[in-house]
Amino acid sequence: MTTQAEALRATADEWRLPDKGKVGMACLIVAESAIFIIFVIAYLYYLGKSLSGPTPAQVLSVPVFGTICLLSSSITVHFAVTTLEKNKTALSNLWLALTVLLGGIFMVSTAMEWHELIYEHGLTIQTNLFGTTYYSLVGLHASHVLVGLILLSAVLVFGLAGKLDHHHARRLDVLSYYWHFVDAVWIVVFTVVYVLGR
Amino acid sequence: MNSNGTAVMESNQAPKKLWLDHVQEWLTTVDHKRIGLMYIGYALVFLIIAGLEAVLMRIQLAVPDNHFISPQVFNRMFTMHGTTMVFFVGMPILFGFGNYLVPLMIGARDMAFPRLNAFSFWISAFGGLLLYFSFLGGSGLYGAGSAPDVGWFAYAPLTSKIFSQGHSTDYWTLSIMLSGIGSVGTALNLIVTVITMRCKGMTMARIPLLCWLYVVTSWLTFLALGPLTAAQIMLCLDRFAGSHFFDVQAGGSAVLWMHFFWIFGHPEVYVLVLPAFAFANEIIPVFSRKPIFGYAAMVGASVLIGFISLGVWAHHMFTVGLGPAGNAFFTLSTMIVSVPTGIKIFNWMATMWGGKIRFATPMIFSLGFLFQFLIAGLTGVMLSVAPFDWQLGNSYFVVAHFHFVLVGAILYMIFAAFYYWYPKMFGRMLSETLGKWHFWLFTIGFHVTFDTMHIPGLLGMPRRVYTYPVDRGWGTLNMIETIGVVFQAVALLIFVWNMIDSYRKGKEAGPDPWDAWTLEWATSSPPPHYNFAVDPVVHSRRPLWDLKHPEQPDTHFE
Repeated sequence: MTTQAEALRATADEWRLPDKGKVGMACLIVAESAIFIIFVIAYLYYLGKSLSGPTPAQVLSVPVFGTICLLSSSITVHFAVTTLEKNKTALSNLWLALTVLLGGIFMVSTAMEWHELIYEHGLTIQTNLFGTTYYSLVGLHASHVLVGLILLSAVLVFGLAGKLDHHHARRLDVLSYYWHFVDAVWIVVFTVVYVLGR
Repeated sequence: MNSNGTAVMESNQAPKKLWLDHVQEWLTTVDHKRIGLMYIGYALVFLIIAGLEAVLMRIQLAVPDNHFISPQVFNRMFTMHGTTMVFFVGMPILFGFGNYLVPLMIGARDMAFPRLNAFSFWISAFGGLLLYFSFLGGSGLYGAGSAPDVGWFAYAPLTSKIFSQGHSTDYWTLSIMLSGIGSVGTALNLIVTVITMRCKGMTMARIPLLCWLYVVTSWLTFLALGPLTAAQIMLCLDRFAGSHFFDVQAGGSAVLWMHFFWIFGHPEVYVLVLPAFAFANEIIPVFSRKPIFGYAAMVGASVLIGFISLGVWAHHMFTVGLGPAGNAFFTLSTMIVSVPTGIKIFNWMATMWGGKIRFATPMIFSLGFLFQFLIAGLTGVMLSVAPFDWQLGNSYFVVAHFHFVLVGAILYMIFAAFYYWYPKMFGRMLSETLGKWHFWLFTIGFHVTFDTMHIPGLLGMPRRVYTYPVDRGWGTLNMIETIGVVFQAVALLIFVWNMIDSYRKGKEAGPDPWDAWTLEWATSSPPPHYNFAVDPVVHSRRPLWDLKHPEQPDTHFE
């Protein structure tokens, strides 16, 4: 009997549960992935089925610079988390600002790409199936980048106001998971739209 | 002064609460029990509304060449009945029970994210109101149409601007999108709660099976409602921005909508039925006085369902023509789903085998569930065979099949859950006498309606027809189906009366009226806001059994 009680006490002392935020973010990522998968399937299914032009090969150019910026922002946000964990707040703010800047550059490059497509090539969401699937897929991703940028900017504002320290590292870590997810989705979208689809 | 002051205030406050204070408390609550009850209450209101819509359809179909309601109203009725029952009755009532029970069962004080929980409820509730607002606002400036009339799966091109003028389809799309956001939020909350909020000693191998099933249901909710939301976004873009996803004229595909809808639609069946299984997993052992047979096998079967059910959707589309490979794949995958569900039925039977069965109302509803779910499964296996489905797809045989699942299985377990957990929620027992009247009248009505409904299907009566000529010979059968509805309606009234009357006059329940074993029965009925004054510590799957039988705790056997 005593041995059993001791064993139970031992398990009770070692009671560790996973972090709420991380599990919640993992769930959100699963649900969001399901949405993206459907849009990717629609893009692939309608590839080459447009009844009229323009086609992807005629008008799409690979957004190399924007892509490099977005993917590097995954690295900068990672450093923002690790520096905040060590309570190096100034450094963390710098990395955060860099992340927001890189994400912002990506958004600007997308905007410029859309501007060119709309005003020079006359491709809108109404033009053909390519326009329909292209703008909705890239737009869905861009709206996720926008949400991430708003959240990261909010953290940056708190950081610049001196309200952040290592206690908040766990929360920023959860946010960084979302940002990594948005980057990973871009790799898929990039492959589908600019590599396979062109 | 301070401590005295608060004490005086508390004693004064209790009797003086205005009804507005209560309203304010409920509107702003983040307590999982209150949110759960609001989910359930809101679903019951919609259950009555959608039930009345079904009654109107049954009256219309009772005799041949009938014109009780107009064809336009009939189309709206079957659309609203289906949409309401799935999104605003089934989902909220099951999430309501999950919300109420999961934290109590794992010994937690609330859900992982209480404010997200409240948000999810209110956004879903708003979705339901938006759907019904379409009766007023659906015609918009066009004066065409009122409530949505495109069927609950809204096949393209019916939903295009040309065929669905006005805004009825937009209300349908937006309300489903909102309820989807709420469902994903609650599903996320349930998974995180089960994984991160368990009390000491409550390992994943010790949580009540109900919690395991809610984890699988939530997983399926992510993977089912994601595609649905995506498809609704596309439909919205088609209708508002002029894109061409489902526009056949521009090369778009109507079949793609069918795929997207059923990628949601079939897992959704399991989202609804797994909580019903969850209730059975808790109720059958308690009333058989035996622990559940094959805990691990039950978990395994549920997880298997969570994966296999993702690959069966196109069995809703056999009549479209999928080609030999598609037909073979979806026939086989659909048949394979019946293996884990079969495991479950055998495990429930093995739980009862040799047990000391108490035939209280929750148990007899569970037995009705077992019997009717078996029949639903058998007609399901019949329909999974592609050539059989070509013959009977879109007939009343299909309607009878899925009502056996949704009413005969899921609704029966929801009734069982009410009779079992009502004492916990309100501290009073439901009347057993009224409960038995409810059971027998509903069972008679259910079988008169839905057993009969298979036959006109076999005779070729298609679903969703407005009326039919006399010479088809479907008249008598349809009249019998409609008569069955009367019994079901009376039974439902008895159930509602039972809940109202027992709330005032029911026998005091006490904390543990069923002599049960899971943690929700360890606290008072109804539980206090904080659920447990002291965080419980558990050592086995049946913590209350250990407490009541210290000479022979489960820890010796697990």
